[in-house]
Amino acid sequence: MGIEILGLPMMYYIAMVAKVLIAFVFVLLTVAYATYAERKIIGHMQVRLGPMRTGWHGLLQPIADGVKLFFKEEIIPSQASTFAFLVAPLIALIPAFITFAVIPFGGVIEIAGYKIPLQIAAYYDTTAGQIYDVNVGVLYILAMSSLGVYGIVLAGWASNSKYSLMGGLRASAQMISYELAAGLAIVSVFMLSGTLSLSKVVELQSGWGGLEWYIFKQPLAAFIFFICSLAEINRTPFDLPEAETELVSGFCTEYSSMKYAMFFMAEYANMVTVCALTVTIFLGGWNGPLTASLPLLGPVYFVAKVYFLMFVCMWIRATLPRYRYDQLMHLGWKVFIPITLINIVVTGIIGYLV
Amino acid sequence: METIFFAIVSLVAIVSAILVVTCKNPINSALSLIMTFFCLATYYVMLDAPFMAAVQVMVYAGAIMVLMVFTIMLLNIRVDANKKQSHSVILGSIIGLFTLLNTVIMLVKSRAAAPTGPYSGDMIKTIGHTELIGREMFTNFLLPFEITSILLLVAIVGAVILAKKKI
Repeated sequence: MGIEILGLPMMYYIAMVAKVLIAFVFVLLTVAYATYAERKIIGHMQVRLGPMRTGWHGLLQPIADGVKLFFKEEIIPSQASTFAFLVAPLIALIPAFITFAVIPFGGVIEIAGYKIPLQIAAYYDTTAGQIYDVNVGVLYILAMSSLGVYGIVLAGWASNSKYSLMGGLRASAQMISYELAAGLAIVSVFMLSGTLSLSKVVELQSGWGGLEWYIFKQPLAAFIFFICSLAEINRTPFDLPEAETELVSGFCTEYSSMKYAMFFMAEYANMVTVCALTVTIFLGGWNGPLTASLPLLGPVYFVAKVYFLMFVCMWIRATLPRYRYDQLMHLGWKVFIPITLINIVVTGIIGYLV
Repeated sequence: METIFFAIVSLVAIVSAILVVTCKNPINSALSLIMTFFCLATYYVMLDAPFMAAVQVMVYAGAIMVLMVFTIMLLNIRVDANKKQSHSVILGSIIGLFTLLNTVIMLVKSRAAAPTGPYSGDMIKTIGHTELIGREMFTNFLLPFEITSILLLVAIVGAVILAKKKI
């Protein structure tokens, strides 16, 4: 305990590394098994069995897929812009993972007298006796999600193929327009909370046994935010950039082997992040019964809520057909953005009167 | 630790800024520019201005550069190796030298030594950067804020009129 490195106690570094590793491994495992869960769930919804051959009920399927993709031949098209082509999957993958840094996945736990807030970008200041976290957490997430566009746009452009370019163009238009509506939807929540720090937002939703959740105060914002997030991460029914039937997988047509797998991972990692963010902002984060006496229950509730939302994502995929491009643009610009603006005004008026 | 970190970020910023002008492929230049913006955002964080950092990434790296990349993609500008624009090089180096001179004079006269005024770093830490900006913007600087929003509205209307053939 007594050892200090650069003015911070030793435990600070241990806790940081541990938190980063735990969150990273959690997201990676969830990504791997989300692919399996998706195939299984959609299979059963369509009265099929889904993967059955590898392992018990196909439980080893993600590992088999990974091994297969590892050993596939890597092809770089001769007319592609090599640098952008190689860097695009990385740019798609990194923002999906680093967004997790500001999401609180549990309360404060105490190990050997040192308090550790379960949020990667947060620490407990022993001298001030206070917990500091990123006080612009939400803006950070919006900023990172706006960077995710580049991966897809670059992939589409660098492949130097018509289908990929169309996919890239569609993706950029779609992501920019839905980013706006998603951002405006959560503005109304932060008018209520008065803070941009995500750990404080979770704290504010802790009372009344779940009735303080912002989904009950801002149902419209919650709905629009979730739909827009689906559009931003190119999930069905908004998966136009990679529409198999029209664009032959869009921006990732020319990608093979691990680089294709990275796009795939980015999509699922984005799904985890978006669900985690929706849980944090609207569904009370890690709050639940008995978290005060048993702080380790916090992460359990958090993960359960995230998995539930991911199930909803897969459910939507199994249910809804794909949108047409003009319908998509119409929905984003002429329906969601006006509704969110009205929502902000109404929230402002009510906040002024109450 | 902060000094070492500053040196690393500065190195990345300078290298990517050089790459912006030297890259043959316009998309690679645009990518380097995004990297430079990112380094600028890191500087804002180090200056206790997290709100500015987030806005820097969101607006410049996120929105404006996406638009630029979009334009480059749509116009399909390809590598042009033979073109040399000497006059812009001269103009650029003159502006660069002037800026460098300005900075050196400022530093030598130590006018940029420490932040002055009522908003100190400790105050930002206790109240919060976002809250301070919001409060100032909607009280003392309300009129400039409104004028800017009207200006932006005019620009949007203009863009719609230019883009639409039939009104």
